[in-house]
Order: sequence, then structure tokens, then C-alpha cells
Amino acid sequence: MSAEAAPLTAAPSAAVAAILGRHRLRAVEALPWLCAGLGFFALPDYLALGSQILIMTLFAMSLDLVLGYAGIVTLGHAAFFGTGAYVAGILALHGWSEPISALAIAGAAAGLLGVATGLIVLRARGLALLMLTLVVAEMLQEAANKLGWLTGGTDGLQGITIAPLLGRFDFDLFGRTAYLYSLAVLLLAWWLVRRIVHSPFGHSLTGLRESAIRMRAIGAPVFRRRLRAYAVSAALAGIAGALLTQTTQFVGLQVLSFELSGTVLVMLVLGGIGRLYGAFIGAPLYMIAQDQLAKQDPVNWLFWIGLLLVLIVFFARGGILGLVDRILMAMGRRCA
Amino acid sequence: MVPATDTAMDAALSAAISIAFHGVAYGMVLYLISVGLSVTMGLMGFVNLAHGVFAMAGGYAAVTLMARAGLPFFPALALSVVIVAALGMMIERTLYRRLYDAGELDQVLFTIGLVFMAVAAAKFIWGPQPQPAPVPEYLRGQLVMGGRAFPAYRSFLILSGAVVVAGLWLGLGRTRFGAQIRATVDNRRMAQSIGINTSLLFTCSFALGSGLAALGGALGADILAIDPTYAQEHLVFFLIVVAVGGLGSIIGPLAAALLLGVTASACSYLAPQFGAFFIYAATLAILLWRPHGLFGRKGAGP
Repeated sequence: MSAEAAPLTAAPSAAVAAILGRHRLRAVEALPWLCAGLGFFALPDYLALGSQILIMTLFAMSLDLVLGYAGIVTLGHAAFFGTGAYVAGILALHGWSEPISALAIAGAAAGLLGVATGLIVLRARGLALLMLTLVVAEMLQEAANKLGWLTGGTDGLQGITIAPLLGRFDFDLFGRTAYLYSLAVLLLAWWLVRRIVHSPFGHSLTGLRESAIRMRAIGAPVFRRRLRAYAVSAALAGIAGALLTQTTQFVGLQVLSFELSGTVLVMLVLGGIGRLYGAFIGAPLYMIAQDQLAKQDPVNWLFWIGLLLVLIVFFARGGILGLVDRILMAMGRRCA
Repeated sequence: MVPATDTAMDAALSAAISIAFHGVAYGMVLYLISVGLSVTMGLMGFVNLAHGVFAMAGGYAAVTLMARAGLPFFPALALSVVIVAALGMMIERTLYRRLYDAGELDQVLFTIGLVFMAVAAAKFIWGPQPQPAPVPEYLRGQLVMGGRAFPAYRSFLILSGAVVVAGLWLGLGRTRFGAQIRATVDNRRMAQSIGINTSLLFTCSFALGSGLAALGGALGADILAIDPTYAQEHLVFFLIVVAVGGLGSIIGPLAAALLLGVTASACSYLAPQFGAFFIYAATLAILLWRPHGLFGRKGAGP
């Protein structure tokens, strides 16, 4: 948020103008989309990785809505991602292979799960909240593990076939359709989330994050707003999971794992939380670094990720975007 | 000739005894590991997801001291507890303490980072395979009591757990240090203003908690195998013990750990097709019913 905030030294009218103009699109916001478009033409051999990056970006962005904006610390966001992934996979295996409607159904299922678990989980605070989110995800994973007839158990769901997109575009071997499909879904989701965080509802979420007591004092329905944010975020995470199923034609138990909840948290924190674009920085960086480094040396990779987390907590709480902010502010101060 | 119903009864009885026995042994290990977490979380309000790291470190230290340095069981155990307690004290002084006033998210991220680093380090040093449990020869056999045979090592585990529970209970209830801990859990600012050195108290209880975790990790290596993913794999169970038992208490985690141990043992014996599903469901229900845990004091902890 502080990226858009005017410097304190400016005249009040300028600050007011900055706040009022926060929702307007700025040129720099086109950057991720330019990069994504460029990637499609420049790196045709990496489109499979590219779609996964787009999917994880969507997932991290959904987490940003609950964690960064609403301030709900969750360790179980993979529950919704995994639900979306399994719903899409089960639909496809039972003959519903039309991708877009399946995506919508998977998103709705995850959103419903978000409402159902949110009604329970969001009543708690602090450690209990953290535990409940974690336990919900573990419970789902255990259920998916044991309900072999439905989910394939540890083997996962294999042999998924997806009908051509819009009845015309086959999911090809090179991943072109998958990439553009993921990109289109991400664009839509970004537009939605951007609308949400700049709406009065979005601002009240930020208020909840900063002080739920004050929000309650000014009459905001705290629980309902939290629940709504949780449900929207769950639905988006479910759509991300369904996208993964449709583009890779496979679902495994790891889509519900604690590791995935942790990984997406790391991605978001790496980019910077509560600023909408953290996901767009963190997810690609993490995925590319993992692709380059982890294959050669998975053990050390984990060590460096751990060290990076510790360093971020101690030295760079805003993640990469926070660092950029600080550098820009330092430069601005020097110019002034 | 014994009637069929009697044999069935007897079989059911010995199954029940076996479940209870293994469950209690398992629960004692969970308790030893988690009680330190409960006290430190209650004291400092710190969401510490890296507690399992100290248990793992204790396990590795004991195994290494016995196998490589050739130390006997008990000296190795004592030395690994001391080593890990010192390690915990060091990390608390240098890293943890800087985050006491930070938000929950920072604490979560920092401790997840620690877990990742510990997993990688353990894999690098000891390799990915699980370590053999450091059980001495004289504790390997069976113990016959009342016509039934019990594994000697599990009996020893239960006994050790009981000794630690008694020690902690007396220590917390009867000593000056214990009174200071209770006061600080109840109200940190008030404790500070009547002259309790809370900073020193934090360090000491953190070291104590890490040492107990190391003891649990080393003793329980037979049940929770020591491998690199230890801290991550069992994290949920440690947290369940703490959250269900309630923060900052000694008896709460004991009840929760025994309950969890016996339930887990019963589930794996009677309904293996459901796995740990019921444990998670029960945790969910208990935390909904009592968000501060079964024995938690309101206001303690984060």
C-alpha cells in the first residue's frame, strides 16, 4: 500500500489526490503482462514452466487477499487449491471435460469450502486460528489419501483428458493453449482482486488487519467481512488448483500438502505481502530459481529458502517490493 | 476348555491393554517434546513452529554420541540434552528474542525458515535415511507383569515421562523459578514491574524447553524415527498437543498428549483405513469448543 502513499512532506491536497487516485491504472502495472506476453514468444520451450508460474501467481495472489489485506495468518491455504484441483480432476474423469465450466465449478466448490470452514475457523484468533487452518488442510489431505476410490489415493488422478478450449483450441504438447488459458484466467482474477482491494470493502479489510477492535468500534461487521474475504480467496485458490489439473492433466496428494501452503507463503513473502503485486514478483522468482537450482541440488535449495525467509523477516519485511519502495524513497529524498 | 466368549473377551482385553500401553508410551514422548513448547508459547506468546527441530537435534545428538563416540546410553542422553539446551539458549539470545514483539506472521515465517534450514542441514550431515533408535541392550527385552508381557523400553519411556511430569509439576508449583514463570504467563508486564527478570526467565525456560524436547526426541526415536523431515512431519502433532492442552500449563499438555497418543494408537489398530482423520476432526471440535485448549487459561499466550 505504501507504494501509492504520497510523501509526508507534500501538501495535503496532493496527499488527498494520491489517495483518491490510488485505484487508477498506472503504466508500471502493465509490466507483468508485457513480460508474460513476451515470454510466450521468446521462450517457446518453457511454456509448461510458464503456465505453472502463472498458476502459482494466481494462488499467491489469492493468499495475499486473506493474509496481506485481511491479515488472517493461514497455514492451510493449500486446502482450497487442492479442493479445486481434485474437483476439476474428478469432473474430467467422469466425463465433464469442458474446461471453463469445470473451472467455474471447481472455484465454486473451493469457495463453498471457504465459507464452511471460515464459519468455523475465523471465530478463533492467534494460535488457535493458525492451528485450525492447518488442521483443516491436514484433514482434507488425509481424506484424499484414504478415499482411494474417488481420489486415487497416493497414486493421484491419472489419465485426465480435457476437451478443447472453447471447443476449438486443443491443449497441445507445447503448452501454448495452457499458457494462454492460464494467462487469461490470471488477468481476469487480477482485475477482480484489484477491484476488490481498491473498493470500500477492500479498505475495510486493511482496517481489519490493522485493528479489528477499532473496526468493530466504528460499526464494521468484522466477522462477515473476514468471512467474505476468506471465501473469495478460497474460490480463487480453487480456480488456481483447477488450472493446474487442466494444464498438467494430473492431480497428486501434494496439492493439499502443508509444503504447498508453506511454499505459496514463501513466494508471497518474497515478493511482498499486502501489495497486490507481491505475487507477481515472488512466484516467478521462486519458480524460476527452483527450476534452475533445485534440480541440481534439492537439499541446499531448501537450506537457502529457509535462510532467505529468516533474512526477510529480520532485514526486509516488505519483501522485494518493500526493498524497491525503500530504494525509491531514499532516491526521492536525495532529489528533494 | 475355555468357552469361545471368554477367549474373545480375553483377546479384546489384551488388545485394549496393548492399545493403552502403546498409546501411553507414545503420549509420553509427545508430552516430553511438547511441554517446553507449551511453556515458552505461554510465556512469550511466540508462535514457534520450529520446536521439533530441537527434538530432532536431540535424537541425532544421542545417536551420534552413542554410535560414533561410543558413549553409554545414559551419559549420551544427558550430554545431548545439555548440548541442545545450550543450542536453544544461543538461538533464543541471538534470534528469537528480536521477534518477541513482532507480529505472528513474522514469527511463523522465521520459524518455518528455521525448520527448512534444519531439514536441509540434517539431510546434508546424516543423509536422508532414518537413524536407528539408540536403545541399549538391557532395555530391549520384555517385562512380565501380572501374566502379561510388556516391551521393556516402552515401560521405561512411560516411567521417564512420569518422572519428568512429577519434576515439572513440583518445579513449577513449589520453586521460586516456577512461581516466576506462572506470574509471567499470567501477566508479563505486572511480573516485570514487580522485579522479575523476564528476559532471563525467557532464556532459561527456552533452554529448559529445548532440553526437554531433546530428551523426548532421543528417548522417543523408537516411536518417532529420527530422519531429516522430523521437525516438519510431526509438527502438527506437537502443535495439537499444545493447542488442545492449553498454553503455559504443565498438566494440560499431559492430558492432551496422552489423549492423542491413545487415540492415535487406537485408530491405527482399530480403523487404519481412516488414518489420522479422526484425530484432526477431534482437534477441530475441541478447539471450537474451547479455543484456549482444554486446560488453557484465558489470556495466556498469543
